[in-house]
Amino acid sequence: MKIIANKEYLKIKRRSKLSEIFMCMPLSVWVVCLILLPLCYLLFMSFMTKGPMGTIKYVFSVDSYVRMLEPEYFSVFKKSLYIAFISTVVNIVLGYPMAYFIASKVKMSSTLMLMLMLPFWTCALVTIYSFVIMFSNAGLINNFLMALGIIDKPIDMLYNNFSVSVGMVYELLPFAVMPMYSSIEKMDKNFIEASKDLGAGPIKTFFKITLPLTKPGIYAAIILTFIPCIGYYMITDMLGGGTTLLIGNVIYNQFTAARDWPFGAALSCILSAAIILMMFIYTKLGGDLDNLGA
Amino acid sequence: MGDFKEKTKDEVIVSLLNVEKWYGNNNVVKNMSMKIKSGEFLTLLGPSGCGKTTTLRMISGFEEPSSGVIKIENESVELKEPYERDVNTVFQNYALFPNMTVYDNIAYGLKIKKVPKAEIHERVEEMLDLVQLKGFEKRRIDQMSGGQKQRVAIARALINQPKVLLLDEPLGALDLKLRKQMQLELKRLQKALNITFVYVTHDQEEALTMSDRIAVMNGGIIEQLDTPKNIYEKPSTKFVATFIGESNIFEASVISVDSEKASLGMECGSASILPEEVAFGDHIYVSVRPEDMRFDKEPVEGFNIKAKVKEFIYIGNITKMIATMSNGDEIKFTRLHTGKLPQVGDVINVYWSLKDGIPIPMETNAEFEKLKELSIS
Repeated sequence: MKIIANKEYLKIKRRSKLSEIFMCMPLSVWVVCLILLPLCYLLFMSFMTKGPMGTIKYVFSVDSYVRMLEPEYFSVFKKSLYIAFISTVVNIVLGYPMAYFIASKVKMSSTLMLMLMLPFWTCALVTIYSFVIMFSNAGLINNFLMALGIIDKPIDMLYNNFSVSVGMVYELLPFAVMPMYSSIEKMDKNFIEASKDLGAGPIKTFFKITLPLTKPGIYAAIILTFIPCIGYYMITDMLGGGTTLLIGNVIYNQFTAARDWPFGAALSCILSAAIILMMFIYTKLGGDLDNLGA
Repeated sequence: MGDFKEKTKDEVIVSLLNVEKWYGNNNVVKNMSMKIKSGEFLTLLGPSGCGKTTTLRMISGFEEPSSGVIKIENESVELKEPYERDVNTVFQNYALFPNMTVYDNIAYGLKIKKVPKAEIHERVEEMLDLVQLKGFEKRRIDQMSGGQKQRVAIARALINQPKVLLLDEPLGALDLKLRKQMQLELKRLQKALNITFVYVTHDQEEALTMSDRIAVMNGGIIEQLDTPKNIYEKPSTKFVATFIGESNIFEASVISVDSEKASLGMECGSASILPEEVAFGDHIYVSVRPEDMRFDKEPVEGFNIKAKVKEFIYIGNITKMIATMSNGDEIKFTRLHTGKLPQVGDVINVYWSLKDGIPIPMETNAEFEKLKELSIS
């Protein structure tokens, strides 16, 4: 009797194991076919040689990687990091008070969140183009300022680092606010009370308790804004007007105009490696990868 | 109980005067007045929702009273922020800062006040010694057990030398054994430091063991504020009698009073109590503790209550007996194992020695408030 029961049990157990594997199949197929294989192919291609007329010669070389060390590409890297850095800092500085405000208005928080998300759901092309309308020399802001007589010559706001950064901040703000909101909201309010009870005013309490305890949210926000910033070539294209070239644009150009796929692949690999490195640092700092899925 | 009176200076350190707290239409604290004496261990005791925590939070400053005056050392504090008050709180879930070590947690208050580093160090060490946590300075909070966290929380509050220490069910999260141990330790600390403790709990045993005085709260009012002994032996309302320990409550009318006793008429017979505090014609409750209930085969003079033994419950050191009166109401007895017990189904004559029947006026404030509440809802 007992043995039979045991056999039954093993059978069920085996079946559940099988079903587990079966259940994972769609996801596994997805990950392997659409992420892992293309990445391997990208890595493979980055070590190939460019042939004539945009073809690929399957001859091993590290030329693409060596080419990256040329000063013009180096400056693109530098500029990309610079703009991503500025946009991230602005995003955090703007986003944290916003997240704090939303988290403190418990009854209104879902409405406020919706308002924050609305531009995010709008087609990015439209929202970015609206900046062109606002920033151009004959645009909304310049016209307004000139009509008021504050300036008599239009200020150049479009097609420079400023317009690109504004675009980045605008498009990525929801990604910065969301993880910070969730960690502020999750924080036990008792800590704030305890701090006040021990004699700390609101400002000291913020810097000694609230800010350190919501660090994970800030780290997640940095990751979620910094990484897209490096690769957001659409914004640089439209608001940078070709004067601002970032890594994203260079990669895009290699695959389209220049037809140098190995070099584009090599740039992509380096970018991916940098992102993986950042994720590694993030988890080492105590970050949770789940927070990034918010 | 006797020696505490000598210790406390009868100086009032915290006083509440006609304090009210409303949340919308909900009146959580009703016209409360109370004086807390310097150096005493005062417990706010009551069931959940009775307003005890709200009262504590009004003293600490996390809640603002809707009306009334709260004074700490003769200074009105209703409008002061928590960080401007000379009181500290031990929170129910400790609220120890997880981003700091044990040392930094305890030092927090002094660091905020910009006390010199050397002095902070000295005082933190002193505190750690006091709560027996020497050597734990560098530990992170999540590496501490429940009881240790409790000690850190107490040290973190006490290091600021508050005029009053407020404790909000601080032992609620600990297991029974640790709780008993911490009770004694808290009491020891309080005596050693001679700091006023205001302690909130719903655990009546805890309140009785630790307190110098207990304020029994119910429905936003203080039903009785007295020493543990008086609270237990002379409950002034029906609620206090039933909430603190067990009580048999009889409804009765005083039918005659002489110099020796007052005779009572009840639904299921008659009984007697001491004649003080009652007058002819009063409608009262009589509260008798289960351990004071007596019974006999033969009727006893002055008493005529018959009850049928229903069941026995064995609880280790004592046995509980339940008997039913003719109207179906139950009477509880507790007995040591010595002495002869009747059989289930036996009819017994119930009595008590006159001093054990505590008269309680029928229309207390609490009753009245409750009636009012019922009529509103």
